[in-house]
Amino acid sequence: MTGYILKRILSAIPVLLGITVIVFLIMALIPGDPATAILGSYATPENVARLNRDLGLDKSLFQQYFIWLGNMLQGDFGTSFALNRPVLDEVLERFNATLVLAGTAFVMCSLLGVIAGVISAANQYGLADKAITFAVLLGISVPSFFLGMMMILLFAVNLRWFPVSGMWPIYGARDFGALLSHLTMPAIALAVVATGVIARLSRSAMLEVLRQDFIRTARAKGVHERGVIWRHALKAAMVSIIPVLGIQAGFVLSGAVYIEIVFQWPGVGRMLVDAILKRDILLVQGGVVFVAACYVMFNIAVDVLQSLLDPRIKT
Amino acid sequence: MSLFHVTRRGLMAAGSALVLALGTGAASQAQTPPGVLIVGQIAEPKSLDPDTVTAVNDFRILFNVYEGLVRYKDGTLEVEPSLATGWDISEDGTEYTFTLREGVTFHDGSPFNAEAVKFNFDRMLDENHPYYDTGPFPLSFYFSAVEDIEVIDDLTIKFTLTSSYAPFLSNLAYTPGLIVSKAAVEERGADFGRQPSGTGPFRFVEWRSNEAVVVESNPDYWNGAPELEAVVYRPITDANTRTAEMLAGGIDVMVEVPPVALSEFQGEGYNIVEQAGPHVWFLILNAKEGPFTDKRVRQAANYAINKEALVNEVLEGTAEVAAGPTPPAFSWAYNEELEPYPYDPEKARELIAEAGAEGAELTFYVTEGGSGMLDPIAMGTAIQADLQAVGLNVKIETYEWNTFLGEVNPGLEGKADMAEMAWMTNDPDTLPFLALRTEAWPQEGGFNSGYYSNPEVDELLQQARVSTDQDERARLYKEMQAIVQDDAPWVFVANWKQNAVTNDRVENFTLQPSFFLLLEDVVKK
Repeated sequence: MTGYILKRILSAIPVLLGITVIVFLIMALIPGDPATAILGSYATPENVARLNRDLGLDKSLFQQYFIWLGNMLQGDFGTSFALNRPVLDEVLERFNATLVLAGTAFVMCSLLGVIAGVISAANQYGLADKAITFAVLLGISVPSFFLGMMMILLFAVNLRWFPVSGMWPIYGARDFGALLSHLTMPAIALAVVATGVIARLSRSAMLEVLRQDFIRTARAKGVHERGVIWRHALKAAMVSIIPVLGIQAGFVLSGAVYIEIVFQWPGVGRMLVDAILKRDILLVQGGVVFVAACYVMFNIAVDVLQSLLDPRIKT
Repeated sequence: MSLFHVTRRGLMAAGSALVLALGTGAASQAQTPPGVLIVGQIAEPKSLDPDTVTAVNDFRILFNVYEGLVRYKDGTLEVEPSLATGWDISEDGTEYTFTLREGVTFHDGSPFNAEAVKFNFDRMLDENHPYYDTGPFPLSFYFSAVEDIEVIDDLTIKFTLTSSYAPFLSNLAYTPGLIVSKAAVEERGADFGRQPSGTGPFRFVEWRSNEAVVVESNPDYWNGAPELEAVVYRPITDANTRTAEMLAGGIDVMVEVPPVALSEFQGEGYNIVEQAGPHVWFLILNAKEGPFTDKRVRQAANYAINKEALVNEVLEGTAEVAAGPTPPAFSWAYNEELEPYPYDPEKARELIAEAGAEGAELTFYVTEGGSGMLDPIAMGTAIQADLQAVGLNVKIETYEWNTFLGEVNPGLEGKADMAEMAWMTNDPDTLPFLALRTEAWPQEGGFNSGYYSNPEVDELLQQARVSTDQDERARLYKEMQAIVQDDAPWVFVANWKQNAVTNDRVENFTLQPSFFLLLEDVVKK
């Protein structure tokens, strides 16, 4: 087992190196340089050259890449020039906010999606199945940012049940209740599409399992239907559901970018969009590498979990 | 049947969670407290060190925390005393001696004096200064004419310039002229930008990343503490969300209201404030090659474009038609006699025919967005249609803002016949000096991307920059505007009006032509 985990972690290294190269090249190749972005109307060639020198951007691409990589390996992600603070501080702070949002949405969509899928499968072609299938189709079809805006209009502007945006109240206690009231709408908006996808795939995974012999055996032995569905069938179906959850985790993480902008959630997605527009190269590079590393680690964890659940996977 | 139990339990759990969330939600939506003004900003500030920033969004905080030696008089772009109570200018215009205000302290308690002022400018201008590394200072070139700064005594300081440079005073009123606390910079180094200290009416309290910057009334302010207890600046980058926050009561003031959202605030409960500023939106015409080398064709473009329709239909009244290169906000230097080119497609067609440019193919650079560019794609398309109507075939090429600047600033030669552009400045000298002089052609390091050249204009601008007599400068600028309008190196399109919305609990709120947001006198019930 440890051998398998080690192998997976080692195989992540070239992936991460590849990511650093791609991120670096993308930021270097997109037109528009940071000095022009900072100076705006004042970007005379002279001013641009002076600022580029101050920012260390007058060196060759090759040099820049290895300086950046070397520093990063020592834990120094550099300083964001648009925010004037260390990249790693900013990324960690923002990633916390993203984790709260994406984590909540992920738990919501996993639970609701699997439950809906199981209920659907257990009542195949029944009323509950049709209702859920319809709701799922609706959920998959609505773009999350649009849903978010509509929720803001209805629940924040008209009904005033929830605050429009942000993660914490500007005034008042920063307690769990305050967080919950800010979190509810963005988490739901973010979870809807993934819930639909998970529900669909859980349904088909369950249907497949329910057709198998051991289910018939369990029923014949007189196991209560609830036990058959939730204990025997679901456990077997989880083997094919868990990889889907792993993929959806990545989807939720990337979907958070839109939701963070609509709800002004102070997360890493919004940070990256701002940083790209400002050509804040180090922040974009550091942020993407960090998020990619987290995603790779998460996928390793999913693979390991799956190998634990399914003994057929060679370790 | 068994499944029903599960769903019922699930329903109950979901229901109670919802009730809990709704309960706390309603509680946290209490109205914003009186005396505390919450401002919806368009972005997180880059830094609160005034010498390191260039964005108007950041200025909205800075001018409440810091002051310069001089400032713009309320409602104008004319300079008046602030931290300096007066000044003398030498005959030849190269020596400025300022008398400083007595008894002023920075928010950290350290004294404001000539040493502190010298420290400010040395930090920006002297590469060997121990705190030069707290930069970079992108606008330090505002003071590139400064040769030497001398402390005469505790409250007197003398600036010596390399040569006479009239915009010096109005540059001192701009952000790089704001005075930071020497003691605080020495203590905090590069962190000063996140823990600022100035002399202004509000002092810094905290900066919660991506949430808010909070400042509070400065009880020791030399001009009396402001009535507002505190101001909270919230960065809300998405314009729709900013509008929703304003409608939901989460913010008291919203700046840069999108034209389409203005109608939401037309009714009871809100006040819309507008103020024209030192902004001009224009088209650069390539006078070096192609049809626009002929003045008649350049004038024809000015006649052909329906500017009224652009500002009223496309910009929904958030701008006014521009007459010439200088915005009317510079009231002392603005030539009132100039009338905008009227919309006259007939006349345009005649001029084009005279010049033999019928059916000319033109390449038009349009940007997707950018500082002060308003609604560049919609405006570009409308302009294309107007020019098409008088027989010029315009082909649009659209670029993202930074790429656009990278294409336009080096000059249009060999690439395009016209390009959109907008500038916002603090002195009538800046834009024409950087973008209309012969010596400002791109290869000389300027922004004259259309290669306009008129020795008369060059001479007028040079004189206006050297003269320290404001009436004389005004006369020179007015003459320059008349010539430039007739030469038509640009199509003069619009002057932007900045807008803001406040709710009806906010009083004494005004916008300044400088586009700075001054909150000293604002009251919130």
